[in-house]
Amino acid sequence: MAVMVGKGAMTNSIEELAGTDLLLVAGSNTTEAHPVISLRMKRAVRNGAKLIVIDPRKIELTKWATRHLQINIGTDIPLFNAFAHVMIKEGLYDREYVEKRTEGFEELAKHVEFYTPEYASEICGVPANEIIDTAREYAEASGKAAICYTLGITEHSCGSHNVQSIANLGMLGGNFGKLNAGVNPLRGQNNVQGASDSGALPTDLPGYQKIERPGVREKFEAAWGSELPKRRGITKITAMNQMLRGRVRGVYIMGENTVVSDPNTNHAQAALEATDFIVVQDIFMTDTAKLADVVLPAASFAESDGTFANSERRVQRVRPAIKPVGESRTDVDILLDVMKRFGVSQNLNTSSDVWDEMRRLAPILTGISYERLDKEGGIQWPCPSEDHPGTQYLHKDEMDSGIPGYFAPVDHIPPAEETDSEYPIILTTGRRRSTYHTGTQTGRASSFGLLVPSEMAEINPDDADQLELSDGEIVTVASRRGSVEVPIKITDKSPHGTIFMSFAFPELTQTNRLTSDAYDFITETPEFKACAVRIDKLNGTVTATASD
Amino acid sequence: MTTEIKRKLNVEVNGITIECAAQARVLDAINEAGFDVPTLCYDERTGPQGTCRMCLVEVEVEGKTQQVAACTAFASDGMQVATHSDEIVDYRKTILELLLSETSSPTACPKCISFKKCELHDAAEQYDAKWDAFPSLVAREKPKDPNPFIQRDYDYCISCFRCTNICNDWEQAGAITVHGRGQENSIASFFNNDLLQSPCTFCGQCINTCPTGALTDKKIVGKTKAEDLKRTKTICPYCGVGCGIHLLSENGQLKGTEPDFDAPSRGSLCVKGQFASWEFVKSEERLKYPLIKKNGAFERASWDEALDLMTKRFTEIREESGPDSIVCWSSARSVTEANYLMQKFSRVGIGTNNIDNCSRT
Repeated sequence: MAVMVGKGAMTNSIEELAGTDLLLVAGSNTTEAHPVISLRMKRAVRNGAKLIVIDPRKIELTKWATRHLQINIGTDIPLFNAFAHVMIKEGLYDREYVEKRTEGFEELAKHVEFYTPEYASEICGVPANEIIDTAREYAEASGKAAICYTLGITEHSCGSHNVQSIANLGMLGGNFGKLNAGVNPLRGQNNVQGASDSGALPTDLPGYQKIERPGVREKFEAAWGSELPKRRGITKITAMNQMLRGRVRGVYIMGENTVVSDPNTNHAQAALEATDFIVVQDIFMTDTAKLADVVLPAASFAESDGTFANSERRVQRVRPAIKPVGESRTDVDILLDVMKRFGVSQNLNTSSDVWDEMRRLAPILTGISYERLDKEGGIQWPCPSEDHPGTQYLHKDEMDSGIPGYFAPVDHIPPAEETDSEYPIILTTGRRRSTYHTGTQTGRASSFGLLVPSEMAEINPDDADQLELSDGEIVTVASRRGSVEVPIKITDKSPHGTIFMSFAFPELTQTNRLTSDAYDFITETPEFKACAVRIDKLNGTVTATASD
Repeated sequence: MTTEIKRKLNVEVNGITIECAAQARVLDAINEAGFDVPTLCYDERTGPQGTCRMCLVEVEVEGKTQQVAACTAFASDGMQVATHSDEIVDYRKTILELLLSETSSPTACPKCISFKKCELHDAAEQYDAKWDAFPSLVAREKPKDPNPFIQRDYDYCISCFRCTNICNDWEQAGAITVHGRGQENSIASFFNNDLLQSPCTFCGQCINTCPTGALTDKKIVGKTKAEDLKRTKTICPYCGVGCGIHLLSENGQLKGTEPDFDAPSRGSLCVKGQFASWEFVKSEERLKYPLIKKNGAFERASWDEALDLMTKRFTEIREESGPDSIVCWSSARSVTEANYLMQKFSRVGIGTNNIDNCSRT
């Protein structure tokens, strides 16, 4: 999305979602992954808004939906292109907005001509009349419609194209830069926004300033008093491949359980094992820490001073409630010490010093001081000066990029791995409300075992019948990369031919031993949402195929 | 936030004139003027009910005086409001004494003992309302509920229905409802099942809106002393919504979590934020000192040993294979300041742009 309109961030605020006329939620199991955002969606419905859920699974949010488009996994682009097709063909798009605020409309119109509802329906499995009705409803709510999406859209090998097809729709509907109307990626982890804001990216310095853009590097060189590397760096995915080739030899990992959270566990583990020296800084002895040469004990959030930035670009203060346990130290404290040993000269002692240096260098954050955060509460970037109130929604008078929004014609790309007779079932992965990510935190909360006791492979009742599986039966799920044992849960949440698993119980079930290491070629986001698997009974009986 | 304010009203509260929005309620005007009336059934998120009658005030409009519930009545231009006339104060005291007669002793209130003075007993103190002013009503039967999260003690329930409103209207979980009528009423899950068998998601919102000791956090009730509890305003460590929380600590030990009602999240939390945001911090499995791997096994090390070894090895690798042979991976779990330092370390300390975070996973 950054390519088309500027920055990849929620354009609206969370609270605004309650005030929309139409909400289109794609690839987001909001009640489980972002429960508190789902409250705003439910409220919108109670206020009379339409809620359209696009998801292969019959997720809980569909109970509130006015329409559920049960799409085949990985076929979002044809669907969104068909929405665009209908809006253009029937003249329902926001002409004035498109003329004033965008470029590339003619190319898009020509491109999506091909994506008739009937054609898209064949690929995505949504009936053509539902596609037409949805496009009309979205157009009717022009200027008051918000789209929300999460990893169900981005965790595909065509993830960035998925996002572009969604942004196309947003611009056609005139839904960028307005109150209660926009396009909103809901961010997964507590501070994923802040980590990216801070410049912990191979291409960007703090505040999304491109390292390869003229003048940017020079500005930071002057501020930091040091020459900086000119060439962009490599992503995690590339780095792991380079490890296996011996080109990356040292790795410093802060607070991440790479082995469990990344796709194709066997590959991630082999990559790390191939390096010469690993430092892991974490609060627990994770599977990744076990591979390290040096383990540094870090303080938890409850012992740390600083800020998190949430999904709506809001910077909020994190304050220590207790002292770090044992000899553990905060990440800031450890890094200041490490940097001193590497001869980085800087006059920084506290989180507040670090923040002040960062905001001076990152214009989107310049106006946000700790004093203001303490007094006013969280502030949303961009906030260029201390008298600026912060920005509730992006792209108000012009696109954040400063230039018109650019329509991106994109085509359907099927998931990298398709099913065949040997691996006939699609595995899609995701979250459950009472467990979080790799389970290092929720796994340690007392009584949470009562809510979701273990990993489960959620399977459709018809498929279970055909495979002669019973509820709770432990089976082997195998992909081309590995296999795990897991109990079966029969539920009509899962569509025919698809099973669902999370990755929160790595001690018993390392789901990411199964997942594919295909990734989006622009963002290098892994394809967690689709890989081909087989289910075998534990007694060795190879099951019949579930495909039709 | 979306409503357009068309015009302002002038309202006088206890002699102070303030300006408020056209659709303001009398309660908004009272709060705006800086006065406080007890509101035992009111939660701003689900709106007014007007059932507890504690916010009754005297209003005078065009020479006519009447008593209204401040939470339900709309303000009007030129209205005069008296919040603490003798008659009103007396009236509130009587209502409080009637409510108290339905409850167990204030000295045993689980919320007052373990968390903070509950709204009911706070109001009782303010208005000098006596627990035994009226004959005590028979205590209700305690529901047997094995759920490990929410303690239900109906001896303190005053039937304000904040919990059922928050569950049905705000969360839309529909886990609890009012069971029975009149004096016999109680809050129950459908068919009187325990909560684990209900649609309850254990978001804990009922606990946090409850104005009495009827609903409390079972994980910590009885294990903390309200007067020793310290509250630290911070942010939930789980997802990207960033709900505001208060961490509860006692003598340097974490004890639990409460939502921060002043944060943009307006007091909302899910089961993770409410019940799983602090125990992992206290886990015995926390790493407590640096470790260095020697012959395949970790050995305890000092910080100097660990950081010296790190400096030595990274420096050697950089000299042998260049700065781009090292990568730094930052954390979406850690504070932004640490992420900033990590990228600066990578670029200035090591000399590589090979810095990434886990935003892709």
